[in-house]
Amino acid sequence: MNRRLALLLCVLALAALPAFNALPAEHPLHVPDFLVSVVGKWICYAILALAIDLAWGYAGILSLGHGAFFALGGYAIGMHLMRLIGPRGVYGHPVLPDFMVFLGYTELPWYWLGFDWFAFAFLMALFVPGLLALVVGWLAFRSRITGVYLSIITQAMTYALMLAFFRNDMGFGGNNGFTDFKELLGMPLNTGATRAVLFYASLATLVLVFWGSAHLTQTKLGRVLTAIRDAESRTRFLGYNVTQHKLFVFVLSAMIAGLAGALYVPQVGIINPSEFSPGNSIEAVVWVAFGGRGTLVGAVLGAFSVNALKTWLTSVAPDLWLIVLGLLFVIVTLLLPKGLVGLLRRRGS
Amino acid sequence: MRPPPFRGAKKEAAELMPWFFLRGLAAALALLLFLAPARAQEYEALLPGLAGGFAQQAETVERLGLLGDPRAIPLLQAMADARLLRLADGSFAPQQGAAPPEGATLIRINNRVRGALRGALGRLQLVSPDPAERLRAADAILRNRSAADIPLIEAALARETQAPIRARLELALGGARLASEDVAVRRAGVAALGASASPEARGQLLAARAANAELLPEIEAAIAAIDRRLQLRRAAETVFQGLSLGSVLLLAALGLAITFGVMGVINMAHGEFVMLGAYTTVVVQEICRNIPELAPWSLPLAVPAAFLVTAAIGAAMERGLIRHLYGRPLETLLLTFGVGMILQQVVRLAFGAQNREVISPEWMMGTLLLSGGIAVTQNRLWIILFSLVVLLACFAAIRLTRFGLEMRAVVQNRRIAATMGIRTGRVDAMTFAFGSGLAGLAGVALSQIDNVSPNLGTGYIIDSFMVVVFGGVGSLMGTLIGAFTLGLLNKFLEPYAGVVLAKVAVLVGIMLFIQRRPKGLFALKGRAADQ
Repeated sequence: MNRRLALLLCVLALAALPAFNALPAEHPLHVPDFLVSVVGKWICYAILALAIDLAWGYAGILSLGHGAFFALGGYAIGMHLMRLIGPRGVYGHPVLPDFMVFLGYTELPWYWLGFDWFAFAFLMALFVPGLLALVVGWLAFRSRITGVYLSIITQAMTYALMLAFFRNDMGFGGNNGFTDFKELLGMPLNTGATRAVLFYASLATLVLVFWGSAHLTQTKLGRVLTAIRDAESRTRFLGYNVTQHKLFVFVLSAMIAGLAGALYVPQVGIINPSEFSPGNSIEAVVWVAFGGRGTLVGAVLGAFSVNALKTWLTSVAPDLWLIVLGLLFVIVTLLLPKGLVGLLRRRGS
Repeated sequence: MRPPPFRGAKKEAAELMPWFFLRGLAAALALLLFLAPARAQEYEALLPGLAGGFAQQAETVERLGLLGDPRAIPLLQAMADARLLRLADGSFAPQQGAAPPEGATLIRINNRVRGALRGALGRLQLVSPDPAERLRAADAILRNRSAADIPLIEAALARETQAPIRARLELALGGARLASEDVAVRRAGVAALGASASPEARGQLLAARAANAELLPEIEAAIAAIDRRLQLRRAAETVFQGLSLGSVLLLAALGLAITFGVMGVINMAHGEFVMLGAYTTVVVQEICRNIPELAPWSLPLAVPAAFLVTAAIGAAMERGLIRHLYGRPLETLLLTFGVGMILQQVVRLAFGAQNREVISPEWMMGTLLLSGGIAVTQNRLWIILFSLVVLLACFAAIRLTRFGLEMRAVVQNRRIAATMGIRTGRVDAMTFAFGSGLAGLAGVALSQIDNVSPNLGTGYIIDSFMVVVFGGVGSLMGTLIGAFTLGLLNKFLEPYAGVVLAKVAVLVGIMLFIQRRPKGLFALKGRAADQ
């Protein structure tokens, strides 16, 4: 009961941020704009961390390619946002986005059809990462590629996607990606109200994903996943279909990551191929490891704390951030195998 | 050209007694020695003719051209540009300033003289002692494409020894023959051009198609022959590029084959070790720059230096960090990734984020032209050799040394090896140091062909892991085959798919390949395979 109350208080504290932002600027409790957008970003990262934790912390699948699912979700919403710019681009073309005019496209590529509708783009943000996870996961789990091999393959996957999205003739804006978004669902993007709406949407999604994951891990399915993590062969010999279970959680995790990306892009206003870079994915893994893998609270806590540290350090001493991040990897693996949550629990008991 | 007495002397010598022959030979030698000053005198004697009437001028120019004295080149050039002055003392010089000096007169020419000048200049430049000038003259004649040049080019070809100039001249000869009135000469030109493997010859033949309806079948055949040769050359160059990429991959992957393949430690900082090797090369070069005796040896010196530096860091990393995580590969992966990040950032802070320049030694620079016009850059050739030498050294270290024996023993059965008195901890550290040192060697090689920057290694790490996984974990032979297969595959796909898509295609291909053979090309058999 106590823990639930603490979680509820945390959520309420987060929810208060945009409300305080709406206060007049001279008010002592006023929260600056940037803090709202930064925390909004962290919430998306926390959703991504939950996705990674579901696969890694509960089913033992360490994917180093979750950044790719995140970015694909972001690209899906980004395509919708590009379509909404309409004739307001720099070139003023009635149909084509600026970068296509610039690259000499004469008509919209077929895979852009349908992205005029928000619902379609939103579904694609879930469907495309899910499909990719299904294909890669099916190929990998079927031939029992596990452990570091799977990690390397997923890393190669996101690397290959990064290279592909950097190409101009992919029709996704090349290395500039998408930006200059104007509006979403009829709301102009750069107003405080829209920021608050996106913030609450992300927060609601985080709560929902957290709640859903907490339930999932308590079901029989969740128990089997944990069993697979701890003893894959034994679970298989007991008659469970390991491949299907892993595939299920991998695809689910990829779709959650895609959802996080879809919430992320309207808030930051840009998506480009560097989101696919292998470094991003592995950084997200460290959030989970630092917070405490195998616990949902740990994943969220890790995402918030590491990103808070990053935001602070990159403004104070930008040169040091990568060294500190590297040290985090070392500390977490050598000294804090259960992460912050493990540390807190040890103190508690 | 030779004066009559010489011929007479030779004839006499051949028909009469041997000592007459010797005397004749001596006379000939004396004459040869005499000949150079005689030509110089002739040159001096001819010069005043340049100031004569147009007819005399043209004759003088032609004779100067035939004489082949390179001193005439600047004078004739100036004459053609209407800048030649006759000075007050009767000598000639090109006009330097805007106005001619006191007492000098400008030499005037007409079109006939101009024509003679063109011919003479072409002739003279073709025999110039300066190869660059000869090449320029050959190029000029190549553009000219006039049948009148044929004897000129033939004469120059008879004398020319340098291959690139000869190739130009042969091309020019073909072009000149194509412009001839005589069908037989043109036919010979087509045949000569068709025997080459140059895109320019192909262009000439294509252009000649319209004007030579009667030679059309021959021209088409010649073009087809050139295309075949060009295709062959392209294929050969692609093979070389593939081997070059493969050798780089081999170097980068050999260290991984030891640390990942043999020890099972996944080292994500391997790319950073490669980078450190490249920076060691930079540092060694900086040190050697101040010591003149060492300067040309900086690269050979960098090889052991890079090995030792990265091996030491590797050993420290194994003893200090990785040792605690044996049996937990995922944690090892994260840990080494973090170490790689730190190394990269430390180097960036210490050396700056911009690229550092590494100067290749003289013997590694330049391009070798193999038969058939296949261009091969020397530094890449050296790297292919270097990678094979390193591979052999690896084999030797593992198969022939005490260290290799202990290493294999620990891999096969750690506890029994320990019981036999092998200090397994020390062997672990040394094995890891060995693998890291190999990464340093890869860095030395990469510094010769890639930009030395803090993120040098990141570009190779995923590819090298692919090589190890593809070739089969724990097999050096597999690494060799894997590296060269991937290198060649990449380069052969590039013309069709572009650089990026070729890479993507190879990555996807490997993922599919692992479906069929999850343990790689050269899977370990027996008990070791289960581990």
